[in-house]
Amino acid sequence: MTAPTTVAGPAKRPATKAKKNLMSDGQGALAGLLISPTMLVIALVVGFPILFSLRESVFRTNSGVDPTTGIVQSGEQFVGLANFTDIFTNPQTVIGVFGSMDRLINAFLNTTFFTVVCVTAETVIGVAMAVIMSKAFKGRGLVRAAILVPWAIPTVVSAKMWALIFDANGVANKLLGQNILWLADNAYSQWAVIVADVWKTAPFIGLLTLAGLQTIPDEVYEAARVDGASAWQQFTRITLPLVQPALVVAVLFRTLDTMRMFDLPFALAGQGKYSVETLSMFAYFENNALRYGQAAAYSIVLFLYIVLVAFLFVKLLGADVVGDPETKAFAEQRKRQKLARKRAKAEGRELPAPMRSTITSGDSSS
Amino acid sequence: MNTTTMKRALVASLSVAAVLATAACSSTPAAPGTGGGGGGGTTTTADWTKKGPINYAQGKDTSGNLKAEIDEWNAANPDQKVTLIELSDSADQQRADMVKRASAKSGEFSVISMDVVWTAEFAANQWVEELPADKFPTTGLLKSAVDSVTYFNKVYGYPSTSDGALLYYRKDLLDAKGLSAPKTWAEMKSACDAVLPGQSGMSCYAGQFQKYEGLTCNIAEAVNSAGGEFLTADGKPNVNTSEAVAGVQWLVDGFKSGMIPQDAITFKEEESRQAFQDGKILFLRNWPYVYQLASKTDGSSSVAGKFAVAPLPGKDGPGVSTLGGHNMAVSKFAENKGTAMEFIKWMNTEANQKRRLETSSLAPTVESIYSDAALQAKFPYLKDLGDSISTAKPRPKAVKYGDVTLAIQDASYSALQGQKAPQTAFEELQTKLTELVK
Repeated sequence: MTAPTTVAGPAKRPATKAKKNLMSDGQGALAGLLISPTMLVIALVVGFPILFSLRESVFRTNSGVDPTTGIVQSGEQFVGLANFTDIFTNPQTVIGVFGSMDRLINAFLNTTFFTVVCVTAETVIGVAMAVIMSKAFKGRGLVRAAILVPWAIPTVVSAKMWALIFDANGVANKLLGQNILWLADNAYSQWAVIVADVWKTAPFIGLLTLAGLQTIPDEVYEAARVDGASAWQQFTRITLPLVQPALVVAVLFRTLDTMRMFDLPFALAGQGKYSVETLSMFAYFENNALRYGQAAAYSIVLFLYIVLVAFLFVKLLGADVVGDPETKAFAEQRKRQKLARKRAKAEGRELPAPMRSTITSGDSSS
Repeated sequence: MNTTTMKRALVASLSVAAVLATAACSSTPAAPGTGGGGGGGTTTTADWTKKGPINYAQGKDTSGNLKAEIDEWNAANPDQKVTLIELSDSADQQRADMVKRASAKSGEFSVISMDVVWTAEFAANQWVEELPADKFPTTGLLKSAVDSVTYFNKVYGYPSTSDGALLYYRKDLLDAKGLSAPKTWAEMKSACDAVLPGQSGMSCYAGQFQKYEGLTCNIAEAVNSAGGEFLTADGKPNVNTSEAVAGVQWLVDGFKSGMIPQDAITFKEEESRQAFQDGKILFLRNWPYVYQLASKTDGSSSVAGKFAVAPLPGKDGPGVSTLGGHNMAVSKFAENKGTAMEFIKWMNTEANQKRRLETSSLAPTVESIYSDAALQAKFPYLKDLGDSISTAKPRPKAVKYGDVTLAIQDASYSALQGQKAPQTAFEELQTKLTELVK
């Protein structure tokens, strides 16, 4: 169907006029009213804390002690961006797996390392799980349930469980026949965290991928088999491309989750372990040490890092988080109009005013 | 759309907003605003006469005795009800909960159970009341325990429980060789040399060397037992001395030579107790709580009846334990401080401390209890514990104790893991501590 369009008004629009919302159908006021409670909640529970953190991050709590009474000065002072620039001007050197460097940079590298390694491993294992779960075989229900168990266990509990496994006299060392000190502070500690994290969250990617797999019709595979495609070809040419939208969203969720990782290394290895200290753990530590300004600054660093990664995901991999076909259709329409205007400008002719359309059904397929 | 719908929608959204606004008011901000946290030097004298209901916050009580004690108080003083607020069993979490209340100037936790290492921080930030000597007499209490609540010559808490380290050793194996408990590190080593060749899979010594607060305690003991110190009497860092380094060197060499098992670098209290109970350790440094668990005859401990305790050995003589324990303090922002005072004093009477020792094995702060013959019969380690505590040294009294202990752990852990020479590590620690203890 094509939406009824009206060509209206003068051809030239004043530049100051705001762009007309193509999706508006004149019920904006009502829509605004209806979503205002939601927006208010979001503003209260998300917006306000973020603004508060921003304000907090440019201050520093006083910590000077009066030499005669031993009493700490009260209040805080404005320090500008010092909380952020301290890593360059006044570094707090620690020794992690990546060598000796500032504690914040070390935490940043750990966070990145965990994210890349864990998410890669989780994706591979998760997709494998999904492929297994989607096959019809005896006891499939049992396998599905079994795969879900790690995901159902609270992280802190599974961290304590893995701490027992990775104990010096634990199962891991017995199986490997080694005497590795997983829970000290070394590269092995990192791998202990990675193993525990992958074990817990691969099922999550598996589940979301499974949901995507079940939307692929069987006929496609039948046709592929008739054409003589091998199992591997079927997987790479059919399964992966068709499951991609679901998989990208799953991977995005896991990436953002892993970047915020706190409880697992905290409960598995403990505080002050620079080989596994993530940005959240460092911010938590600073907050505990009453350095609220620095804690807020480091949280903002993490926040911006996550925003950046999420943005790249959406831009580069086309992670469709919103998943609204209507919005997409309008975005495409706008793109087409832009192109048309460009072309018209190049050819030097008058262009018609932008189209206005009224939505008449939920799913416009323009 | 008509106006009635519009109005209804408006009313609905406004009422939601109102509900949310009231909900938002009841939450307390976690971070103090300008002027929050700390009193800023203005000291108002507390009113020690006001009576009424109060709250008492402390970590998880596993013995069940605490509830009975408080019920008894409430039965006797119905108009001054004490409500128990049980916090987490993790010390860090307890402190975080207390700091949150104090930063928001909330008197919810009228009386708190304060770990000995928090005294400086809580006092310096003016979160707890100074306790006047005429109202809180400390006669008859352990000197080291009273010292642990003293900050800049003022007392900020009332000693409630104490704690000191003990040396657990395999009496059966030492008796077989005709040896007695070692007094020095050298004696301990020669005892090991005599005993261990006949034992398979047994190491000489272990403590708690995982990177956590227990490491600070163990390192402090090694340093103090070698004649070193973290801070001088007037609070100046003093760790780059040959004595302090010698203490750490002893542990580092112990790891190198196999006197201490390799996996002890991941030991906390429980792991080391397990190793001792499984017969893998000849000498164990640990807290008194181990005694009862290691004496269990239900098959969980293979050393029941085969071990004894002694005070810690030192470099050239008796060792020095690190002081542990908890003190009761009154929140600066509490109501009814009169009741708080009475309750603290009642909780820590000699009778109640005795009862606490019997039911929960918590070491008392009343000195005379340690020489009570009946209790000594019941707790064979009591006399040694008394000796251990009477010479115990506190951990550094620092306002930024969290940073101080982490700095100590950083330096010692890298030395124990062989990443740094003890000398280098402690020179760096000296610099760091100088910065932290201003």
